[in-house]
Amino acid sequence: MSRIGVFICWCGENIARTVDVDVVAQEVSKFPGVRCAMNYKYMCSDPGQALVREKIVAEKLDSVVIASCSPHMHLKTFRRAAQLAGLNPYKVEMANIREHCSWVHHDRAKATAKAASLIRLSAEKARLDHELQPIRVPVTRRALVIGGGVAGIQAALDIADAGYEVVMVERNPSIGGKMAGLSETFPTLDCSQCILTPRMVEVGQHPRIKLYSYSEVESVEGYIGNFTITIRQKARYVDISKCTGCGDCWSVCPLKRNKSEFDYGMGVRASIYVPFPQAVPARPVIDAKTCAKIIRNGCGLCEKKCKAGAINFQDTDKLVEEKVGAVVVATGYKLYDIGEKQDKASLAGYGEYGYGKYKDVIDSLQFERLLSASGPTNGVLKRPSDGTEPKNVVFISCVGSRDNAKGLPYCSKICCMYTAKHAMLYKHKVHDGQAHVFYMDIRAGGKGYEEFVRRAIEQDGAKYYRGRVSKITQEDGKLVVRGADTLAGVPITVEADLVVLAAAMRPADGVAELAQKLNVGYDEFGFLLESHPKLRPVETNAAGVFVCGACQAPKDIPESVAQASAAASKVAVTFAADELMREPEIAGINEQTCVACYACLRACPYHAIEQAEVRTPRGVFVKHTARVNPGLCMGCGTCVAVCPSKSADLEGFTEQQIYAMVESLV
Amino acid sequence: MNIGYYPGCALHGSSDDYEESLRACLKTLDVKLQEIDEWICCGATAAHSLNQKLSIALPARNLALAERGGFGEILAPCPMCSMQLIKAQKALAGNEGLRREMSGIVELEVRGTTRVLNLIQVFGQIGLDRLKAALKSPLKSLSAACYYGCLLTRPPDVVEFDDCEQPHSMEAILTALGAKTVDWSYRTECCGGGMTMASEETVLDLSHKILSNAAAHGANCLVVACPMCHVNLDMKQPDIERRYGVRHGMVIYYLSDVVGMALGLPESALGINRHFVGKA
Repeated sequence: MSRIGVFICWCGENIARTVDVDVVAQEVSKFPGVRCAMNYKYMCSDPGQALVREKIVAEKLDSVVIASCSPHMHLKTFRRAAQLAGLNPYKVEMANIREHCSWVHHDRAKATAKAASLIRLSAEKARLDHELQPIRVPVTRRALVIGGGVAGIQAALDIADAGYEVVMVERNPSIGGKMAGLSETFPTLDCSQCILTPRMVEVGQHPRIKLYSYSEVESVEGYIGNFTITIRQKARYVDISKCTGCGDCWSVCPLKRNKSEFDYGMGVRASIYVPFPQAVPARPVIDAKTCAKIIRNGCGLCEKKCKAGAINFQDTDKLVEEKVGAVVVATGYKLYDIGEKQDKASLAGYGEYGYGKYKDVIDSLQFERLLSASGPTNGVLKRPSDGTEPKNVVFISCVGSRDNAKGLPYCSKICCMYTAKHAMLYKHKVHDGQAHVFYMDIRAGGKGYEEFVRRAIEQDGAKYYRGRVSKITQEDGKLVVRGADTLAGVPITVEADLVVLAAAMRPADGVAELAQKLNVGYDEFGFLLESHPKLRPVETNAAGVFVCGACQAPKDIPESVAQASAAASKVAVTFAADELMREPEIAGINEQTCVACYACLRACPYHAIEQAEVRTPRGVFVKHTARVNPGLCMGCGTCVAVCPSKSADLEGFTEQQIYAMVESLV
Repeated sequence: MNIGYYPGCALHGSSDDYEESLRACLKTLDVKLQEIDEWICCGATAAHSLNQKLSIALPARNLALAERGGFGEILAPCPMCSMQLIKAQKALAGNEGLRREMSGIVELEVRGTTRVLNLIQVFGQIGLDRLKAALKSPLKSLSAACYYGCLLTRPPDVVEFDDCEQPHSMEAILTALGAKTVDWSYRTECCGGGMTMASEETVLDLSHKILSNAAAHGANCLVVACPMCHVNLDMKQPDIERRYGVRHGMVIYYLSDVVGMALGLPESALGINRHFVGKA
């Protein structure tokens, strides 16, 4: 016979107002196996927990049912209390008589009866609880950071400075991300490169950071504490261990008119190139799509010129493996591609702005390059079509953002701020110029942000019109921008020399594929999902995988950096102990009855089930079976539901327990 | 090719030159137009702004008639008509309750299965290759400004036709027939449409801008596919010239006019001689 103790919480008035806790206590004390039943005003309080501990000892209880709030709230609390009193913590069950009962019912008598029934279920389950031990998992104290933008850089440096090794994988030839291409940053107007490039150099020189530039994550295996990452190092055609970065190769390269990715097509680069002078690593890469030697075995001048012998036209992609214990995803964002060519048909639109048709209609990142001192115009503002200085510039915000018709209902958050910055920087460069801003709302929440926008309007004279632009046409070299000022209620026409579109922020290309490799969820827009929007903002539903920066949602530099540090601290927490403790409530397969149909393997959302063989101690093959990897299993129970031979079961939630619970009610 | 034909009020009234033109042109291409029996108003004028139910019932009756006539596809050359018909067709196709209600109101079963086409789409179905094959006199002298007007491509989620802001389907037809087309700015702007009754000034102003812009970009003619646009740009052109003290002299062709000419039809067979603005 079991010795179950039932502890009924009033939750102040939350439960006691609707549920007669005295009556419930009397009722449940009659249930088979219940040794004692008591109620208390706040069971989670210190005296409440003391009561539980006392009774466990005094009544020699072998399991405990706490009837209170949701287990999400306090299961851990009561498990700890039970453990202190010498009871195995997995012999604690909770009956949720608050969310599932008192909060949703009015009839006191019926609620009281329901509370007793809920406790009965938990008591039946408690009776069949086993003692379980947490699973210990060894930890490789080494982290992978995917993405070398400002978020990835911050996370990598924080983790490395905490004493752990970091492997950083960056898709582009250099780290730095979007921020490296920005001119100045709001709301303080400090030069983006001046504050970022020292951090980039730190990453490049840090003894504990191993940088894989021009590389991508090919595959991910394993689980928290024990990931094996395969990294694809894309063929660079330059041996960066030999290369000295002298620059002879790109100065001799005859193909200098390729559109520069780093300048978003505003500038040009050679076929062998360093994306920008402060690149880390400051080593070139050959663009195989344009290089004459690679395409048709011509040229080859760079190879002849290179004193270090670093050019290797026979280079191929290489796969390397790295073992890590935690992963930080910091893959950032891209801008919404304005126009008809889209990865999803619903995103097509904004033909009225003529982006791609008129050279002087550009997006915000392209404008950043025109403003940047290191940009293609050396910071002298020249419009793309004819190189003249634009005297009237129109800025259009919310291009894509908050547009339900395009399937992008969200606010990209940073555009109001950078548009104000653009208007300001423009005025600082072209004193007799006029900035015009068409906006829907000005969202300037943040330290010093609203003041910054006011400065753009009041000191730098930017004209703000609340309204949309309906059409941009080109007449005599001018862009005729027609829109509405909905506050004044008048149509507006501006003859502009340059138009800058604040395109929406979207997750970087390939994030969905990466998320699938990592078993991380993502939303309908492709942004990665955090575990909890408020309380677990950098964790994901994959243990040991953390997110930071704009891959999770549109955000600005300060927020990305803060989130990156948060992710780094979570990595440090993961690495704090030699071993990780994981909850033991996971699935197991009865290998005797398993028919190896692998229905569970296909159903498992965490890829925690593998094909295995049963062998005798001497190694003779007996049969095939499915097997659960305890490091990966999250205890969801999907395998139990799909197993046709009833060979899968979930510790702490066995089929036997479920049947007992159901039977107790009928 | 057999296709149902919904002329709407314009092509039987103020713009019967358009009907003459497209009938002659399509006949040459072996397209038989079969007019829908007993067709009624499409609901374009007052109905759709005053009475939601009526705005569906009127086109629904026409769709029901088309279904009764066994037409899977119908040509509605007036963009206002085609927009009304497509809007009703889509509403009906997706809503069984509405289908039942409308069938009761229009006293005919309507299922919303008819596909409604504009003239450009009909040429698209015939195919540029066939047009090229039938080409008799290439339109070498034309430097055409293709004018879609405000309705042909809009609302984009209703008509689902071409790129709503930067369309190109008319240019493709004209280029195939040997004409030059100009890249100009007012291809999808409004000519003033029905405002011609309520506020003639608006129409004159908007249409003047269209004509001026086309000329500024080197056009020697405008090609339209909307009867209302033709009225405003052609019939009103002398008024525009008077009001603004300019001489436009811009010939306004229907799309079927230029296709017909390329196929070797004489201007008189296409009703071009009945236009107000003749060759300069």
